[in-house]
Amino acid sequence: MSTAALLFYLFAAMTIVASLGMVLNTRNTVASALSLVVAMISLGAIYVLLDAYLVAAIQIVVYAGAIVVLFLFVVMLLNLRMDVFPAARSRLPKLLGIAASGWGLWMFLRLLPGSLPAISPAPEGFGGFRALGTELFTRYVVPFEATSLLLLAAIVGAVILAKRRID
Amino acid sequence: MLVPLEHVIALSAVIFGIGVVGAVTRRNLIVILMSIELMLNAVNLALVGFSRAWANPVGQVFVLMVITVAAAEVAVGLGIVLSLFRNRDSVDIEEVSLLKW
Repeated sequence: MSTAALLFYLFAAMTIVASLGMVLNTRNTVASALSLVVAMISLGAIYVLLDAYLVAAIQIVVYAGAIVVLFLFVVMLLNLRMDVFPAARSRLPKLLGIAASGWGLWMFLRLLPGSLPAISPAPEGFGGFRALGTELFTRYVVPFEATSLLLLAAIVGAVILAKRRID
Repeated sequence: MLVPLEHVIALSAVIFGIGVVGAVTRRNLIVILMSIELMLNAVNLALVGFSRAWANPVGQVFVLMVITVAAAEVAVGLGIVLSLFRNRDSVDIEEVSLLKW
């Protein structure tokens, strides 16, 4: 097994353990957010192994840098060190949800082997700034501008929602 | 090439499943938002894997769009969490059942 494959399985295990830690940790919300950072960074490493260099950089900057910091800010602003809640009314919908998603995952993983093509070697410069920028600013320039509008709408919406009073 | 594409997609499916379980079972609104982020990340991993397999950069353009949507969603979602906490003094999802039958 090559070094790259070993690294892939290592980071895959790290991602799964960190996301399980995020979901199963019911005591401390800050620890959940930090597990999310670990999962994001290991996914960024997997992107590097898959030759998606620009996406890996943006993953680290935007997810691990900005989004998780936003989560931590809100957790600390609300002073939520522990999240203990009163007992739930009914556990049945949650158990059904877990069962349905587990069954779907099991069926997907059972149908998966042998259904996908082999990975061919990447061409020169694949996943770099030039390859992505060319696509982004020629063929996909309208969706790209649409995302800037979306971000503007999100900024305005977040400010209005978080304001104490709307006059 | 390093690993079969099946393993990448299987990892993506497992992370998506963990995200679904988190979004369904947890009651803390902030952790539910984090689980949704995890699901979006699983989709990104599948897009990057397919983009690599066909050596086509369009999948990675899609990933950039998904990351933008995720950032917008987190900003608006956390704004909602903040104003909800001001009104209800809690981030428990069971407290917010006005639109639930």
